Amino acid sequence: MDIFSNTVALSRMQFAFTAIFHMLWPVLTTGMSIYLVIIEGLWLKTRDPDYYHHIRFWSKLYILNFGIGVATGLPLEFQFGTNWGPLSEAVGDFFGSVLGFEASMAFMLEAGFLGIMIFGWGRVAPPIHYIATIMVAFGANLSIFWILSANSWLQTPAGGAMVNGKFVVSDYFQAILNPFMVKSVAHMFLATLETSLFMIGGISAWYILKDRHTAFFSRSLKIILATTIAVAPIQIYAGHLSAEQVAYYQPTKLAAMESKWESSPAGQPADWSLLAIPDEANNRNSWELTIPNGLGYILEFRKNLSVPVPGLNEWERQDRPKMVGLIYYSFRVMIAIGFFLAAVMLWNVIEWYRGNLSPDKIGAQKWLMRLWMFSAPLGYIAIEAGWVVRCVGRQPWVLYDRIRTVDGVSNVPPNNVLTSLIFFMVVYSILFVTTLYFGSRIIGEGPNLELPIPGNDGLFVINPEPAESVPDRRPIEAQQ
Amino acid sequence: MDALLHFLPQVWFVILGLFLFLYVMLDGFDLGVGILSLTSSDEERRGLLMTSLGNIWDANETWLVVMAGALFGAFPLAYNTILTALYIPIFMMIFGLVFRAVAFEFREHSTNKLFWNYAFGLGSFLAALGQGFALGSTIEGITVDAAGHFAGTTWDWLDWRSILVALTLIQGYVLIGSTYLILKTEGELQKTHYRTAKIATITTFIGAVLITIVTPVFYETTRVRLFSAPMIYIFAAIPVLGLLLVYLLIRSIDKQEEVTPFVWTILLFFLSFIGLGLIIFPYVIPTQITIYQAAASPSALVFMLTFIGVLIPIMIFYNIYNYVVFRGKVVTGAEYK
Repeated sequence: MDIFSNTVALSRMQFAFTAIFHMLWPVLTTGMSIYLVIIEGLWLKTRDPDYYHHIRFWSKLYILNFGIGVATGLPLEFQFGTNWGPLSEAVGDFFGSVLGFEASMAFMLEAGFLGIMIFGWGRVAPPIHYIATIMVAFGANLSIFWILSANSWLQTPAGGAMVNGKFVVSDYFQAILNPFMVKSVAHMFLATLETSLFMIGGISAWYILKDRHTAFFSRSLKIILATTIAVAPIQIYAGHLSAEQVAYYQPTKLAAMESKWESSPAGQPADWSLLAIPDEANNRNSWELTIPNGLGYILEFRKNLSVPVPGLNEWERQDRPKMVGLIYYSFRVMIAIGFFLAAVMLWNVIEWYRGNLSPDKIGAQKWLMRLWMFSAPLGYIAIEAGWVVRCVGRQPWVLYDRIRTVDGVSNVPPNNVLTSLIFFMVVYSILFVTTLYFGSRIIGEGPNLELPIPGNDGLFVINPEPAESVPDRRPIEAQQ
Repeated sequence: MDALLHFLPQVWFVILGLFLFLYVMLDGFDLGVGILSLTSSDEERRGLLMTSLGNIWDANETWLVVMAGALFGAFPLAYNTILTALYIPIFMMIFGLVFRAVAFEFREHSTNKLFWNYAFGLGSFLAALGQGFALGSTIEGITVDAAGHFAGTTWDWLDWRSILVALTLIQGYVLIGSTYLILKTEGELQKTHYRTAKIATITTFIGAVLITIVTPVFYETTRVRLFSAPMIYIFAAIPVLGLLLVYLLIRSIDKQEEVTPFVWTILLFFLSFIGLGLIIFPYVIPTQITIYQAAASPSALVFMLTFIGVLIPIMIFYNIYNYVVFRGKVVTGAEYK
């Protein structure tokens, strides 16, 4: 087939595949790091052992995700050189610098303090440990800032101009604070937080449903719920703001997100498409279900548009994104999940208000708990869908309106890319299955409530004991 | 202005050298321990080896991410050309690092520990091999066109000289891994690594001597630069110092000292880096592209310097803090939490 001998297509597939896979892991570590800061703060304040056991339990899932996140993040950085060399050369001044900042400012902070956060109990005093936890959370979320700033810059290049095929930066702060940056960082920050909250909530609900440690996990569920009350609605609004900036800065992407082929003039109402079957060959939707006058209300909260909204047919085929159906439905999946999670939050708040979430009653809320479990993976799907919209939608540009994707690709023989892509697919599939397997095993084992509480004797001594190895705790016959 | 145009790329050459050195030193013992784990006879020993790295491997590996980011930002042309030319060695390294990274997490929870031990050991080996090939063929030079872009073929990186460099690097990693384990372990395990350290010292030494001979013989430009004053004096000093350090290293191993073998090894690595830096400078891809040609614009270099430059001591500080917190020997038997 043609695609297997096309370096551009293969390089795009490889980057998409590795980025989509990588995205699954740091989502939980960035979001959960904030949760860990909250519960460790509560523990330091109340010295309630339950909080300590919560930290230790959730840290296990944290470190599992972190390891895979590190391993799968590495290929992304190197691919800019191996597969996207000409792009790297053209945008290195800004994009390379920012990746360097992310590594040295954010990632090093996270990695540098993670060892203490995970293995440092008993080696440092609890307040120092808390500082390490805060540093890990700060580093992880600082990564969101830098990575999103870099990606936003690819979407809305600012702070300089193209000179001889190279982007020359004249104002670095303008480039960092590019038009997309603030809202994209906010949207992604909330997305990782919301996804992690629902994941933690879903796992907690599973224990409650199984009647294991019900009181223990009803506590984490309530912390989660209290946080989602703020996060879920704000995220919907942040998403709306993101769509607005797309409408303003990237009209081709917006047209693809709405599968909108014909333009709507200003001063008139326009329909909003709820479902459609895009027909790219003929530049139209072969079937469509619309909400009359919806678009004006969504974009401007009123019936008539004040500015025209262009359709895809305004542009030549080579100047607008392909795969309209993918963009269109990814966008809708993301929105649907955003509203669904907010609804789950709302229902829970009502039950909480009625007193039905108290430790003795929560076990009876079977359907509510099942709903939490069902919601656990949805955030991930929404995030991946959102990135598909963001990055497939900006095609055919890799640096929006400046450098075309086809011009950013390294001249590597297609067979090399195909081989590395196949390796990634095989290795990552194994990783995916094994991570789920070990993750569910950690969950199956449950929290260890027997762990001694550090600093409980009122005296804290730094433990000079050496590090410890993992003993093999299997039965003798299994150790062969 | 002209002086600045020269000065900034030179500063970044040194910073990149520092990052690369920190990476090779720190992840070097990390990978070395991984390779050594392949020769470990029993489960308990392998567990100990991995525990000795548990809290630091990700920080060590982060230096690679920092180094790559800095190369990307400071010398974008080189980032493009080198990584495109080294497509296969780079992916060897990446897949190796992926395997060993996940092995840390999976082994702990797995009942089939043997499988993840091999993932850890072979992953470490593969990563070191890829790095060795990458280093070897970059020193040899990369075929480029007039614009400085890669113009060679897929397998250019593979020949007997890059194999020599790769094998020597692996020996070097085994050496620093052994001396690290001498520092972190005791008893039988420590004894084993006195032995492996000694063997690795000899094999690394042989490799280094061969590279030192081969490089000037095969590369005329290097030869001309090396054997003219004043460089000749510096280059004459490096082998002399190297021999001294090897002597000190072997003596400290024979005396079964605990800390000094690691220190001498680090100094040997450092010396090799100085030598390497002097051979390469002022090129980023030897004899083809100078650091001045490959450098990002001066404003980018200043911009990066203000951010990353300030962070270098801070990063080093909390790396050191991490080692201080986890100082002491690794022992077995205690309950892992």
